[in-house]
Amino acid sequence: MNQQISNDYRTKYTLETFSFLPPLTSDEIYNQIVYIINQGWTPALEHEAPESASAHYWGMWKLPFFGMRDPNEVLQEIEACRQQYPDHLIRVLGYDNYTQCQGHNFVVYRPRGM
Amino acid sequence: MATQTFDAGVQDYKLTYWTPDYTPLDTDLLACFKVVEQEGVPREEAAAAVAAESSTGTWTTVWTDLLSDMEYYKGRAYRIEDVPGDKEAFYVFIAYPLDLFEEGSVVNVLTSLVGNVFGFKAIRSLRLEDIRFPVAFVKTCMGPPSGIQVERDKLNKYGRPMLGCTIKPKLGLSAKNYGRAVYECLRGGLDFTKDDENINCQPFMRWRNRFEFVAEAVHKAQAETGEVKGHYLNVTAADAEAMIERAEYAKELGMPIIMHDFLTAGFTANTSLAKWCRKNGVLLHIHRAMHAVIDRNPRHGIHFRVLVKCLRLSGGDHMHTGTVVGKLEGDRASTLGFVDLLREDFIPEDRARGIFFDQDWASMPGVFAVASGGIHVWHMPALLNIFGDDSVLQFGGGTQGHPDGNAAGAAANRVALEACVKARNEGRDLEREGADILREAAQHSKELAVALDTWKEIKFEFDTVDKLDG
Repeated sequence: MNQQISNDYRTKYTLETFSFLPPLTSDEIYNQIVYIINQGWTPALEHEAPESASAHYWGMWKLPFFGMRDPNEVLQEIEACRQQYPDHLIRVLGYDNYTQCQGHNFVVYRPRGM
Repeated sequence: MATQTFDAGVQDYKLTYWTPDYTPLDTDLLACFKVVEQEGVPREEAAAAVAAESSTGTWTTVWTDLLSDMEYYKGRAYRIEDVPGDKEAFYVFIAYPLDLFEEGSVVNVLTSLVGNVFGFKAIRSLRLEDIRFPVAFVKTCMGPPSGIQVERDKLNKYGRPMLGCTIKPKLGLSAKNYGRAVYECLRGGLDFTKDDENINCQPFMRWRNRFEFVAEAVHKAQAETGEVKGHYLNVTAADAEAMIERAEYAKELGMPIIMHDFLTAGFTANTSLAKWCRKNGVLLHIHRAMHAVIDRNPRHGIHFRVLVKCLRLSGGDHMHTGTVVGKLEGDRASTLGFVDLLREDFIPEDRARGIFFDQDWASMPGVFAVASGGIHVWHMPALLNIFGDDSVLQFGGGTQGHPDGNAAGAAANRVALEACVKARNEGRDLEREGADILREAAQHSKELAVALDTWKEIKFEFDTVDKLDG
């Protein structure tokens, strides 16, 4: 009966898709970028200060990477973005121009303490 | 023009309504019925009778027939086919001129096509299997208030199905206790919770009290998790005025979504509510109580795919479709067929999935498929495989039945879902490797590990009653 105490569930502050998984390794991020490219979607990066994370619009990191087929290039852009904005969250998007929606969207970098 | 004369009396229907040489027009509304005729009635006569009784005909000739251009207005039975696996029944295909129907009114279409004809004596049983709505008709209907793409953009949820849960017990909770259950599910990681369809405005929980406590739960969970949350507030009511009053209050409380039971409340109420939702920027979740009464008998009634098409025209952003794998009836191929009818823009004829006609939706927004009923974490890999991203997976017992409560149950489902999405995107085979994927994910989630232990043995293996013909 006293199991109830040890199984207290603490609410987590989360950032949508993949927030309930351990942070993705760069190999895992690579695989998701491959998925985005193979779907015919355009990868893109966005970054934002944690306190504004709930806004629909985050800052864009350059334009979406139209025509980019090499996942390593996207990984390099993530690294460049992180160096520029070490205190920001960074997310990877896949723009689907057929549905006019985002096919994928997940956070790949959280600043220290998040 | 040939001279017409009035001949009083009863004529064979097939003289007027059986037209095997007719080529349907793009603007015709087409229907496929499954017919079992009374003994001694020839198939052509039975087919023509269905065409007549669902369009211009009556049992006897009347002089006023000659004042109208019957050749233009009549429905035409243009093809008969055997039903695979059923020697007694046959399919009849009927073309109706578009002018027979009021613009933007699925009510009017159904009143004709599934009206008096279903009680017609010459027919032993009758089932409306499919309707092809011509683009010219589709364009007169508003359709879903928001649709899949707009809903995702508003909620900021991409690349995965959404997770929901119907609050249980479905009847009897007080408003405050009910709001507690909602809050626990949402803070644990669900996107939505849902009123049970039976919850309207009973003495144990009046709607206004429920809306207020639920709104507090939604807002608090949203603030604490940083994610957009919603609860389908059921606005189904005894009359349309009460329905709109409830919808207005949900909007006033800042709630993103409401719900409606489209069959028990009726298509007129549903279409009005959908228009209200479009005007007010509120999402609309559609429940389907009563559907099995209409669609489960393979020889009589209306196939669910027809109800799905009518709902998309009438308006809704979510629609229940069954789960294939859970406690409720649902053949897999047939379910995939009407899931496409909800979500895709063009669905080609495909008899293997029970689709009798090409259907072009002419850019009408799509509807999320909702899988709900008797499902739990072990079903997650199969559900993702069957329903894909544009769906809402609803685990009622599978969330609130978790030994550590709703929040832990919600977290377990969310972990399982995300692990499956990640694995699918990596190219892994969900149905074959599903169990491994879940066990791996449970290594970093105590909540999922407990859930996997709790529900391991549950299975639903009854045979489907309404199978595809063949």
